[in-house]
Amino acid sequence: MTSTIEHEIGKARRRKEDSHLITGRTRWTDNIILPGMLHLAILRSPMAHARITNIDTSAAKTMPGVLAVYTATDLDPDGTVGMPCAWPITPDMKSPRRPMLAADTVNFAGEGVAVVVARSAYEADDALGAIDVDYEDLPVVLDMEAALAQDSPLVHPDLGTNRNAAWTFDSGAAGTGADVEQAIADAEIVLKRRYRQQRLVPAFMEPRSAVVDPTGPQITVWASTQIPHILKTMAALTLGLPEHKLRVIAPDVGGGFGGKIAVLPEELLALSIAQRLGKPVKWTESRSDCMLTAHHGRDQIQDLTLTARRDGTITGLKVELLADMGAYLGLVGPGVPILGAFMFNAIYKIPAYHFTCTNVFTNKTLTDAYRGAGRPEATFAIERLMDELAAEIGVDPIEIRERNWIKHEEFPFTTVCGLTYDSGNYEAATEKATQLFDYAGLRAEQRRRREANDPVQLGIGVSTFTEMCGLAPSRVLGSLDYGAGGWEYASIRMLATGKVEVVTGSSAHGQGHETAWSQIVADQLGIPFEDVEVLHGDTQSSHKGLDTYGSRSLTVGGIALVKAAEKVVAKARTVAAHLMECSEDDLDFVDGKFTVRGTESSTSMQDVAFAVFMAHNLPDGIEPSLDSDATFDPENFSFPHGTHLCATEVDTETGKVTIRSYVCVDDVGKVVNPLIVDGQVHGGLAQGIAQALYEEAVFDESGTLSTGTFADYLLPSAADLPTFTTDRTETASTTNPLGVKGVGEAGTIASTPAVVNAVVDAVRHLGVTDVEMPCSPQRVWRAINTAGGAR
Amino acid sequence: MRITVTVDGTSYTDDVEPRLLLVHYLRERLGKVGTVIGCDTSNCGACTVHLDGQSVKSCSVLAVQADGREVTTIEGIARDGKLHPVQQAFHENHALQCGFCTPGMIMQSIDLLADNPDPDEAQVRHGLEGNLCRCTGYQNIVRAVRDAAAKMQPSGGAS
Repeated sequence: MTSTIEHEIGKARRRKEDSHLITGRTRWTDNIILPGMLHLAILRSPMAHARITNIDTSAAKTMPGVLAVYTATDLDPDGTVGMPCAWPITPDMKSPRRPMLAADTVNFAGEGVAVVVARSAYEADDALGAIDVDYEDLPVVLDMEAALAQDSPLVHPDLGTNRNAAWTFDSGAAGTGADVEQAIADAEIVLKRRYRQQRLVPAFMEPRSAVVDPTGPQITVWASTQIPHILKTMAALTLGLPEHKLRVIAPDVGGGFGGKIAVLPEELLALSIAQRLGKPVKWTESRSDCMLTAHHGRDQIQDLTLTARRDGTITGLKVELLADMGAYLGLVGPGVPILGAFMFNAIYKIPAYHFTCTNVFTNKTLTDAYRGAGRPEATFAIERLMDELAAEIGVDPIEIRERNWIKHEEFPFTTVCGLTYDSGNYEAATEKATQLFDYAGLRAEQRRRREANDPVQLGIGVSTFTEMCGLAPSRVLGSLDYGAGGWEYASIRMLATGKVEVVTGSSAHGQGHETAWSQIVADQLGIPFEDVEVLHGDTQSSHKGLDTYGSRSLTVGGIALVKAAEKVVAKARTVAAHLMECSEDDLDFVDGKFTVRGTESSTSMQDVAFAVFMAHNLPDGIEPSLDSDATFDPENFSFPHGTHLCATEVDTETGKVTIRSYVCVDDVGKVVNPLIVDGQVHGGLAQGIAQALYEEAVFDESGTLSTGTFADYLLPSAADLPTFTTDRTETASTTNPLGVKGVGEAGTIASTPAVVNAVVDAVRHLGVTDVEMPCSPQRVWRAINTAGGAR
Repeated sequence: MRITVTVDGTSYTDDVEPRLLLVHYLRERLGKVGTVIGCDTSNCGACTVHLDGQSVKSCSVLAVQADGREVTTIEGIARDGKLHPVQQAFHENHALQCGFCTPGMIMQSIDLLADNPDPDEAQVRHGLEGNLCRCTGYQNIVRAVRDAAAKMQPSGGAS
């Protein structure tokens, strides 16, 4: 039998999530108002590094509406609570204790010092001004290289060093490739470059918030988080609470981009204080506090050595990174550079590879995952180097890539890092992108403008990418000393009326899982899309899960869903065979109907669900339930890829960069919902372009964040971005039954180097070989004038 | 101070502190939590509402300044169970992901279309400059506003 109805997978279904979001019927954490609820406000250090010599809260305690003011000694008198870091990347990694509130010293501007509890948020804020803290200056450590010098002051003197950890991968030692030092010794071409990954602010639109209600049998925590399940376990471990007494709910969550993969001091403060007072409490941050204290992303110095033959064939790559951890370690912060370690070789056949990363403490906001987490940094480095190599030997940037990339017939391909790329077709994506972009036409225009000495020059930027998505095979995480597995959970509940509740351990915050998961289940069970309800983000309904990050939801959580659905169908088949008095082997299951092969006799999934609910006539030994669950642990990562092309116009007199056109062809494998995939790509492009042109978290010499509001940190508006041309090729992943690869981070990863390559390309003939990010008019102008070629 | 404000068609009279921001009045006193707060420097526009038919950032207006005036929020633009054409266009064009900026984005888009019923792409982009979105890259928001404009034209309903 063949299907006669249109499949849901592949349809541009409008999202189920939208109806409440476009009408304001939302459930943001800050919306929650509970009887007797109290409000928290945190007093934050204005100093980046100082000893606290005295805190006087007496005046604040008498302010109107104030119930309590707490400091570290009130809430953690023994000084034992430390915020969790789940990724000890080496056995000797240095881990400072990060308290909920600073006790003796503050280590970055913004660190919490005291917390006010009051009847209203206004009264809590008012009382902050009445707390008197005496600070004694300590020397501030801001620069990574200076921090590693012998005589540097220390962020944490008790650790004896500012070095958090050093982590190395060497293909020669690992047996996955040749020795890079030999490659350097033998090289015809050696390119050495230093690139800087500036510090970025994830800047999700919803400031973080937590509400804790201690009045029920379980303590309920609502939090604006990407990781309700991990938060539940970590909060229990950190505060010594029994895990079964906690319920965590991530209701509507307004974006994350990695910035809400965190266990926050404020969440634990709210938990502690709610328990202590027996009343619900709420904490909601201001945007300024968010900019200052929510973890930042990127912030690496990359020293790179690329070796090649004169014909452009790459022979080796050596990567030496410095990564700024900030003052403390985030939940997975130390491992972020390692997520990039396996991606510097990108889509290329590189015979010898060496990677080393040194993580450094400074008196700054901590860093952790931000969209792409390690992979954008790696992709930027190699894609900038490819352009430099192309310029060095005088060939087109696409040609240099083609000479080195893995050919489509060479998959599966094991890389110099030991990863096995299952599938890909870089030729097809590049071919499609160059056509959509009119690559040849733009190159011709570029030549004309150069010859005419046009003050506005045209640049063409190329970037390809792949990334390891679907975090992650648990055994791989184990080999990297990561503090959790990488599986995901799903369950399917068949209701009596044939409707379906789907439970997922993924926790969406804008990704459209309710829609995409409904499409998958509708196809699997042959039921209408409308009949599926997706439940997530509440540890009571969704009791198991590892949440949403690392482009993992579809490639891991979606597959768990397929596995659960297969079990539902298997159970239903047994019942259907019994009802129709035939052998299970004689039943075809197509479009939601079990049909006795060769006959018209059939019964629907809904009929079977009702029969199971009634349980009047079930086979012996069959329990009256079709409900099924599955936990899926992937065997390999998935490897989406794509080719991105950017045309910029650079005004050589002002340094202003304008993106004229942007084309990307991504291959994310099988597409469940093209509307959602395009949306993910658009948003990713915007963030990647913003790194290239606009955004940077800047600290002044005292360690104060100068870009601490949206007035100072240039988050692009609609007027700052172009219209993108997005298209796809579809090479199915061979490592999962849906053939999907993940899309959440793709746009961010490829776009940054595409834009910077285009900027440099526009002015390379003037002697410019690099522009540091963000490529502001000032930086571009300076690069042109330093090169001495302003026209 | 005592104020009387009409919000989404209902009149409310309340005693408020002079310093109370309109957005806090809406959210905390009236329960109009559809309007949200995204920043503290009036850059993000998430809190945009209409005050006497003009878009304002309700974090930059005091509740007392709304005395005797009419406020419309995201919760008050659907009529008789039918979405406003801009709401419908945001849904049709996938112009939202996390949805946090959406209330402000929709209110500003309605104001933009009142000023310019047939904006080109650049005019939409400039008209939304005061509203930030981190998810969509704005592409589908621009598309939605132009789609709504077409449908709101006297002759455009069928397109």
